[in-house]
Amino acid sequence: MSTPFLEVKNLSVSFPTEDGLVRASNDISFDVARGETLAVVGESGSGKSVTSLAVMGLHDRRSAQISGQAILNLENGPIDTISANPEVVRKLRGRSMAMIFQDPMSALHPYYTVGDQISEAWRLYNDGDKKAGIKRATEMLELVGIPEASKRVHEYPHQFSGGMRQRVMIGMALVNNPSLLIADEPTTALDVTVQSQILQLLREMQKEFNMAVILITHDLGVVAEVADRVCVMYAGKIVEQAVIDEIYYTPDHPYTIGLLNSIPRVDELDGKRLLAIPGQPPSLISLPPGCSFRARCTFSSQVPNNLCATKVPDLDNKYGEHFSRCHLTEEQLKKARVSTGAQS
Amino acid sequence: MLKYLARRLTATFMVIVLVSISVFMIFSFLPMDPARLTCGKACTPAVVEGNRHRLGLDVPVQVQYVRFVKGIFVGRDFGEGAAKFSCPAPAFGYSFNKHECVTTLIAEAFPVTFSLAIGSFILWLLVGVSLGVLAARRQGKWVDKASTAFVLVGNSLPTFISGILILLLALKFNLINPIEMGRWVSPFKDPIGWASNFILPWMTLALAYAATYTRFTRSNVIETSSEDYIRTARAKGLSEKVILRKHTLRAALAPILTIAGLDFAGLLGGAIITENIFNLPGLGRLSIRAVLIDYDLPVILATTLLAAVFVVTMNLIVDILYAYIDPRVRVA
Repeated sequence: MSTPFLEVKNLSVSFPTEDGLVRASNDISFDVARGETLAVVGESGSGKSVTSLAVMGLHDRRSAQISGQAILNLENGPIDTISANPEVVRKLRGRSMAMIFQDPMSALHPYYTVGDQISEAWRLYNDGDKKAGIKRATEMLELVGIPEASKRVHEYPHQFSGGMRQRVMIGMALVNNPSLLIADEPTTALDVTVQSQILQLLREMQKEFNMAVILITHDLGVVAEVADRVCVMYAGKIVEQAVIDEIYYTPDHPYTIGLLNSIPRVDELDGKRLLAIPGQPPSLISLPPGCSFRARCTFSSQVPNNLCATKVPDLDNKYGEHFSRCHLTEEQLKKARVSTGAQS
Repeated sequence: MLKYLARRLTATFMVIVLVSISVFMIFSFLPMDPARLTCGKACTPAVVEGNRHRLGLDVPVQVQYVRFVKGIFVGRDFGEGAAKFSCPAPAFGYSFNKHECVTTLIAEAFPVTFSLAIGSFILWLLVGVSLGVLAARRQGKWVDKASTAFVLVGNSLPTFISGILILLLALKFNLINPIEMGRWVSPFKDPIGWASNFILPWMTLALAYAATYTRFTRSNVIETSSEDYIRTARAKGLSEKVILRKHTLRAALAPILTIAGLDFAGLLGGAIITENIFNLPGLGRLSIRAVLIDYDLPVILATTLLAAVFVVTMNLIVDILYAYIDPRVRVA
């Protein structure tokens, strides 16, 4: 395997608040290569977005404490976006790494035409006048599948539908041919039918630009459509990391098993109720000792010596490239998968 | 856009007509007889009736209104023969006390009020907006804290205190000549004399308004800064300077335009307290004297109407400008 484009090493982000330090993401390590899609999955507040914003250098450094590394392996050498000068990181944004956001309704400036906004992003890194910028914007709109691009380039965001706006966002993010695209819940605010179109578009664009893609989502259905590898996050930590098929067929963490069980399935119409994960995620200010998931885990009693309550499980590789943060043995996990029907 | 404009212009015109009718009505129902006010203690009913006829108050109120409106367009004569007094168009009535056309009185007072309004408007916008932006950018720092103090002082000092304080200080340090105070100097003939004449009242008015604008700008900039599209701008790689100038300020200042327009229009109607403190012969002083001293109804009627017209017109201008700034407001 070639060197990954992005290597995140031991990245932690915390926010000091009046109530205490919020450890939003904790000791995160992953990498992603060009042409590869890494999905980061987890529920709200699990630290997915916080991690990616840290990679992009988009946290306000006055309010966020960030440690660790996020190394971009650029052609002229690696740059760590965490420790590099903010001005250097700024100039990587939009050119080497780009990001699209959850809500395309509010992510575009309401006062400027979409053409102006795309053109602005392009002209930041390319010599060209406004006319050239609009021409380039039109090309991008065509590329992302907006009909009548040459007319719509002069329209304002409110004149576009949600799906079309997300296409505009994608076009804007890709205008400078970035090597890394972080898509933060790009389909969450969209209709299901539009969702798959946007995912399809993302896949096409990834091929076209040979990008590394980090797809942040809470929707395992979305993950199944596009991801190559998956990181499952819980309470600020990665709890499981594996290639896509292994996540679906041999999930190795009770949380992942729970997530898979909470997806409604069309092929099981026997009136079975969805299995929800009981309880709430713990407060990120005062994480309990031991495993963060213990309080919600139905299998922790199987682990001897109350280990789950005292020792934080390491992110071990169970086999191959499959990592999981759980004290259960492979044998116990297998039973867990079968007992909950996660394995079919 | 043209259709929108036509619709708004019609609506504005209708509002002005309605305002003029209601103002006219209010004044005709006042428990005060303008004709009686035209002569002193030893007044015979015959003189009162003569004056009533002369002032055109002896006809039904709707006829009075029609004559009033007609006068605006073609001018109007009051009385006949030797006592005839003509006011050319646009005639807003005749002030018996001053023996002068109301239009002439307003024409003399308006430049003063306009000078006062425009100067303080520019001053408070400059101070308020820049201080507000600065405070928002340096949240929690000393600039922010100082601006909060400024807002507190500016908002809690009424102009009749701050104006007098400013005036006292200026007199104490011999910054102004009290005899010269309130003398009208045309800005076209003597711009420096004009400005030095107005600087104190400008400061007085601007202090109160700038405080409000500082607070408003600060909260708008802070709110806009946390918008998703500002994060998008940052993700594009734009510098903070460009983000502030092009993305944050445009969205943050748009609502300020609305209140600025209306505040300015309100001032054009006359700043009663400030004009009185600084002895400025503007519309505010004209109206307050007409109300309190002379019972000069034609003047009160005209200045009230004028103030209403300013507000309504400025509202229209602000709406058009807003549509220009915010494309979402444009109606096809």
